[in-house]
Formats: sequence, structure tokens, C-alpha cells
Amino acid sequence: MKAGSNLEKVLAAGHFAVTAECGPPRGADAEIVRKKAAFVKGNVDACNVTDNQTSVVRMSSLAGCLLVKECGTEPLIQMVVRDRNRIALQSDLLGASAMGVKNLLCLSGDHQKFGEDPQAKNVFDIDSIQLIHMVKTMRDEGIFPSGKKLEGEPKFYIGCAVNPFADPYEIRVPRFKLKVDAGADFVQTQCIYNMAKFKQYMEDAKKMGLHDRVKILAGVTPLKSAGMAKFMKKFVAGMDIPDDVIKRIADEPKEKQAAKGIEMCVEQIQELKEIEGVAGVHVMAIEWEEKLGKIVGDAGLLPRPHVD
Amino acid sequence: MITGTPKPIDEILAMLEPYKRIVVAGCFGCVTVCRVGGEKEVQVLSSSLRLAREAKDNKLEIKEVCLERQCDPEYLEALRPYAEDYDAVLSIACGAGIQFVAEKFQKTPVLPGINTGFLGVTERQGEWAERCQGCGDCVLHLTGGICPVSRCAKSLFHGPCGGSAKGICEVSPDVACGWQLIIDRLKALNQLENYGKLIPYKGWSTSRDGGPRRIIREDMTL
Repeated sequence: MKAGSNLEKVLAAGHFAVTAECGPPRGADAEIVRKKAAFVKGNVDACNVTDNQTSVVRMSSLAGCLLVKECGTEPLIQMVVRDRNRIALQSDLLGASAMGVKNLLCLSGDHQKFGEDPQAKNVFDIDSIQLIHMVKTMRDEGIFPSGKKLEGEPKFYIGCAVNPFADPYEIRVPRFKLKVDAGADFVQTQCIYNMAKFKQYMEDAKKMGLHDRVKILAGVTPLKSAGMAKFMKKFVAGMDIPDDVIKRIADEPKEKQAAKGIEMCVEQIQELKEIEGVAGVHVMAIEWEEKLGKIVGDAGLLPRPHVD
Repeated sequence: MITGTPKPIDEILAMLEPYKRIVVAGCFGCVTVCRVGGEKEVQVLSSSLRLAREAKDNKLEIKEVCLERQCDPEYLEALRPYAEDYDAVLSIACGAGIQFVAEKFQKTPVLPGINTGFLGVTERQGEWAERCQGCGDCVLHLTGGICPVSRCAKSLFHGPCGGSAKGICEVSPDVACGWQLIIDRLKALNQLENYGKLIPYKGWSTSRDGGPRRIIREDMTL
């Protein structure tokens, strides 16, 4: 065991893992996190807490993680390199570990121009791959990147994200390999809608043996409506939603589109389970956490296993 | 070259409010090439300022000067006869030039007439684009001659990020993905094997982050 997190144990025992995410609120109201955490509890092996996603200021990921943990779910802290230099990153990693957070997702972060503070200075002192390397060094060698010894290593199960649908495709798997080489233990993918392309990506990743080196959690996001699908296709960079997926939900009357979106998501999870090398699913029910139990349940993934 | 853009005329007029006699100082260096601070721009700006002040019945006397360079002490001497005689100097050189004028003539207020931009190239007539951030530790030999620090919006060393789509960066449809350019060029050079290696954390101490920088060449100092 590298970190001994529940997520790590579930995956090591060969179970098909389930993670989800909670976006912290745009304010200091802890009740909002607790409410979301209640929807997640019992339905996942660990729950991501996002780090100022889309560069919109929110309650900090670490505070969100502690609230989720208090509510009885294992947190997974997301950390972006957009807002913090290596000094702040190391410090926050130590703090998160000290407070019992055992899972980490290393990300670049959306550019600040997408948020409400486009005038902010961006940091990008190190990139997400170098962050993976930094955490691994701290965890496994017990030293800071400077070489100085740590008083207690941060024990993280280290994750990374990949987007099989961004360009250029030819370096997508090599870039994934870089993250594995840097020290990632697991990966959560961008939301998948184009299953054909994802299967191709998995084939290419398997050729490099990456599925044997890291646990691959396939990302899904249930569509609430045809409008949401069209919006994401048009405005979210690197999002690949095939026309037939949009047509399927658009063909439903408006009031039935949400139910269709959930049905499609469940079908997709079942299809993903059958793909060799896919070790779990990461369900990003964006501002729709209340549907998580239904999605995971309908996909036949409940109850979640207890592994000691 | 160092590029720049003219400051809005109203902003300049507001700066000049307290003054009656000024020098408008151009530079024959970079700002002449990017058409923002050369001899012609000195003339055009001076005329606009005179007209604007005349219209308000508040005449402005202007001495027009263009120096060989404002970033070299020897050429700044050409300003001496005026700089100390006039109320202020409005420089339309880059930020380095403006500051060097201010350093040289301690008792004369020196005002910026342009906004200094970046180290760039002329991509086509009237269009300049950034190429270098002067980070002080060049890696262009590894990245196909295209800089990840200046051409990637996130200065990633292992790009491209998930926001790269059809060669375009997520920050704007007008910005090319620097890493797509790097990959394309490495492919053309048959050097794609350069991609896929872990690059150590960049040392930023040679960049702005190490504080104001200085280069001392022992072989050239007197």
C-alpha cells in the first residue's frame, strides 16, 4: 500500500471502483458541502473535491475535503498548479496529509480567463506532471524537492487526469505515459461520450502496458438535457460529444430528457465495465449530486465494498 | 524586438495637464520598427497634442527629438540640452528607454507615451506576436525551436493540456496551441522522441522571479 486509502484498497482488491465529485460552494456555507456529501455517502469509494474549477473562486478544496470526511466519505483532494507556486503546493500537501486526506489528483487547472477574475496573475511554476513527480518524491523518498528531509511524509494515493479527446491525438497516450512515469497511481479521465474513440485510446494505452501500471477510472457525466449537451460540445474545449449522443437525448420530450440522460449514463457505465483495463468509473454529476445514488445503483455498483 | 502600443491620447493629455513646455522623445530602435515610437510617431503625436491643447486654449510647446537609442547612455546625451530646460519629457520608447531617461535626468519628470508589450516578431504588416519572455534559460533545442514558456498560455513543460482543440488554445480562438506547434515541428524534424521525457522543474531564478536582472560580461567591461 502506498497510502492505504480506501480507494487504493478497493482497487487493489480488484473491485470496480466508483468515485464522484463535489464542487465546493461559492461562499463559506459549510452546510452546502454537507448536503452534497450526504448524497455521495455510501455510493462511492472516494469523493473528489474540486479546486476552483473553471477558475471561479470557491471554498478551498482542502476545507471541502475535511467537511466531506467529517460526513463519513473518504475525500480526494484536487490540486491545480494555476494558483500556487511550489512552496504553496508543498505546504498544502503537507497540511492535507496531516488532516487525513489520502487521495490526490494533480491538475494544471483551467486558465484564469474562464473565471470571474480574468485579470489574475497565473502561476504555473511547475506543471501537473512535475507536481506528480514532486508528491511522489516527498511520499517515497521522504525529502522535499530541495533535498531536505521531511518530518513525516505525506502519504497520498496519487492521481492524474487525462483527456483522450483533446488534440493532437497522437501524443495523448504518450502524455498519459509521462504521467505514469512521473509517479501517478491512478487516472481519472475527462467525461467520455465518444465511446468508439475511448476504446481506441484504451487499446493504445494497453499497447504501452499502462493499464498494468495504473488504475484507470473512466469519467462520465450524465447529461441533464439536450441543451446541456450542445452547450458542452460548443464551449468546453476538448469535449467530444458525438451527434448521435445528442440526437438520442434531443429526441425525447423536454420533461423526459433528464431521465434519458441518466439512463444513457448507466448504460455507458455498464459498457465501460466490460472494457479490459478500465478499473472503475468517475461519475461527475455536475450540480446533480442527488442523482448519484440512482446512477451508481442502476449500474449495479451498490453496495460499495468494504476492504480492510 | 521590443513591441508596444500607443497610450490613448486622453491618458497622455491627462498626464501632461500640469505642463506647458515638453519634449517628445522617440527612439530609432525597436519602437521605430514596430511603428510606435519612431521619428514619424513623434511628429504625429506632437501634432495631436498641440491641437488638443490649443482647442482648450492651453497652448503646449513641444520640442520633437528622436534618439538613436534611449537604452544607451551615450545616445541619451543628445537629450541633455532639452531635458533640463523643458517641464517634462514624454518618451515613446520602450519601458527600458523611458526609465533610462528618467535615471539620467533626475530633475525632469519623464512620462510614458506608450505601453510596452513583449519580445516579438512582425508576423505580417501591422501585426506583431510574442515569441520570448526572456526567462534566462533557453530550451528551444528540445522543443523544435518553439518556446513552451511564451507560446503556451500555461507555460507547460509537458503539454499540450486538455484544452487544446484542432490546434487552438483554450484561451482564445485567435491563439495557436503552442504545444500543437511544438509537436508538429518535432514531427517535421523527425525528433518526436524528444517528447516523452520528464523535464525537471524549471528554475525561474534566471527569470523575473529572481529579482531585477543584470548581465555582467567580464570580457567586455572596462
